[in-house]
Amino acid sequence: MVNKNIYMDYGATTPVRREVLEVMLPYWSDYYGNPSSVHKFGQQASLGLREARETIAKSLGCHCDEIVFTACGSESDNLALRGAMWSARMNGRGNHMITSQIEHKAVLETAIQLQRNADFEVTILPVDKYGCVDIDQLEQAIRPDTVLISIMAANNEIGTFQPIEEIGMFAREHGVLFHTDAVQAIPFRAWKVNSMPIDLMSIAPHKFYGPKGIGILYVRRGHQLVSTLTGGGQEDDRRAGTENVAYAVGSAEALRLAVAEREENVAHYQSLTSRLISGLVERFPETCRLTGHPFLRLPNNASFAFRNISGNDIVFHLDVSGVSASSGSACLTGDPKPSTVLGACGLSHEWTSGGLRLTVGRFSTKEDVEYLLTALSDVIGHLEALKAHFA
Amino acid sequence: MSPPIAISSVNGNTKISTNKRRVAVAMSGGVDSSVAAALLLEQGYDVIGMMMRLWSEPGSTTQTTLNRCCTPEQMADARRVAEKLQIPFYVLDVQEYFYKKVVQYFIQGHDLGITPNPCIECNRVIRFDYLLKHALSLGVDYLATGHYARIRQSSDGYHLLESVDRSKDQSYVLHVLGQNELARVIFPIGEFTKVQVRELAVHFQIPVANKSESMDLCFLKDGDYRRFLRENSKVKGEPGPIISPDGVVLGKHSGLSNYTIGQRKGLQIMAEQPMYVLRKDRHHNSLIVAPRVALNMDCLHCREINWVSSQLPISPFPARVKVRYRAEATPAMVTPLASAQASIRFEDPVFGITAGQGAVIYIDEECIGGGIIVNKECP
Repeated sequence: MVNKNIYMDYGATTPVRREVLEVMLPYWSDYYGNPSSVHKFGQQASLGLREARETIAKSLGCHCDEIVFTACGSESDNLALRGAMWSARMNGRGNHMITSQIEHKAVLETAIQLQRNADFEVTILPVDKYGCVDIDQLEQAIRPDTVLISIMAANNEIGTFQPIEEIGMFAREHGVLFHTDAVQAIPFRAWKVNSMPIDLMSIAPHKFYGPKGIGILYVRRGHQLVSTLTGGGQEDDRRAGTENVAYAVGSAEALRLAVAEREENVAHYQSLTSRLISGLVERFPETCRLTGHPFLRLPNNASFAFRNISGNDIVFHLDVSGVSASSGSACLTGDPKPSTVLGACGLSHEWTSGGLRLTVGRFSTKEDVEYLLTALSDVIGHLEALKAHFA
Repeated sequence: MSPPIAISSVNGNTKISTNKRRVAVAMSGGVDSSVAAALLLEQGYDVIGMMMRLWSEPGSTTQTTLNRCCTPEQMADARRVAEKLQIPFYVLDVQEYFYKKVVQYFIQGHDLGITPNPCIECNRVIRFDYLLKHALSLGVDYLATGHYARIRQSSDGYHLLESVDRSKDQSYVLHVLGQNELARVIFPIGEFTKVQVRELAVHFQIPVANKSESMDLCFLKDGDYRRFLRENSKVKGEPGPIISPDGVVLGKHSGLSNYTIGQRKGLQIMAEQPMYVLRKDRHHNSLIVAPRVALNMDCLHCREINWVSSQLPISPFPARVKVRYRAEATPAMVTPLASAQASIRFEDPVFGITAGQGAVIYIDEECIGGGIIVNKECP
């Protein structure tokens, strides 16, 4: 309706950047060989794949053979959980895993399925009001047969960073594997994953200007995973299927750039999100609150809850006003369920349906933020008036 | 490929499109609202699609639920049409409000012994109030729907007319609209026949499935409103006698709420001729049945009347009146009364006048208003 098209949902996905697109292009019709083939064409593709793996390993501070390409972040989570749990069962090493209430569904649903269909046991930890996992709770949940702890590096909805070093050290002390879903956190931390207490880490390049349709799983040397996609033995027998060389090459370039520009981006994003946070909380002291941790949070994430206003309504009114954001719990069918993440943080039902997540990115500007603040004020005004009228 | 019919004449009302006008279209995924959206786009409107998520009875989605509103399939259909037309599409959650205002109205009406028409109430409080106000708050100029009816603007205001396709006309359920609503509403397909609308769907390459028409009680899981009322009514129907108007006991009923006025099937009584439910005597818990002719009435009384023009007619006037959605409009004399009431006397007796349904008044092709039929003896 308005001639504005401001994207404020970089946490959902990002555009592929030009540099990334360019390095990918030759791999569709020039270097199209299958990396497993013996001939020149295959070797050309194999070189691209190897170089991509090297770049990614270097960017993360790990070895090439610790990088497994999958088809998405969710698949990386699936492979980490299923692969580790089945491997433990085959080796008689235990049957129990620990995760948290605010994990991405790719982790939670996989854990629940493992429990329901394969008699694994799962403990789901609560979180504090900021959405942080408490080490004391972990202490209570750990058992002699615990195999795996899976806690995300930063939450996708409310942006809270988890104390993954602490959790990882705890896991290590107990001889338990630690997996972290770092899909959101990757571009915002300096990763030296080999020197961190992390055994498995999920990555999704489309969150940092790489392509959709590819995921990465870091698997520390020495850890065995049972493959969840069996076939031709690609990815060192951990993930079968002809490699997507173009996307691997694009992912490597995207990650390289994300690492190189990290500090600059973080500063840019932080200035925008702190303005969003102060602007909104000032404008709506009664009806709006920041969700997640006040400062231990993703620099590009400003997440809120509104009291007795539907986050879905906010999002669609905002979209008509020219700003595309997210309610945190996407719902296309008009039957929104309260956010389980906000519920886990202890918010009452008058807040849990009112989530709004604003995530900024490379192309976000100060003007966008000011426009959002004005547009959102109008939207909230309209929604409150409608609500009062139809009460 | 050229359009099968001239579409420049669409919607003869004078809602001007000098500037680019913005319109929200209430979409259902069906052919009518989809074609409505496509027509408006073609006329140069800025279009957004909206769909309401209404309350529907929890239950399995099986073959019998094809007509239910707001199923995931319908949501997906509407979204697919919006994507194809490249218009934004949003779903509004109206479950709670719809339940409170329409479903409870339906249940409570039956508890009071009348047969409410939830579609009329839905149009009055949901579609042309809740949805309209929500749409306008988005900054659009109009709300369009896929109804078969027409709006004409003249020097004395907006007029609601029957659709060109009389067999599809929906003005009956739109008589609740007033000037404020008509000024903001567009019915793009009211100028067309259903056949033409289908042709337009092909012309616009709209991906609509070949679905049956949506039914009246869209919120039921299986179309069985008697079961729904049995399960949801506060008034627990006690069995009682079925009697003739002169007091002869003809059988036994299973609870008054299980029956509707005019019902013939399922009475399980022995009688010389087909018997119909004439009335419910709640004081004696008896169901009064009579031969069809006894259900013919030559007058009715209605309340909550809405005059589309917003002006109360001052004296009795001749008109045509529909007493049910699918009934013929029959000649009658309408006498406006105080407190938004009216009495209507038909030239010839009419069958099946039912308290709770709408009595909708027409002069020629114009729907001038209507009200809710009440249980009241005519003078």
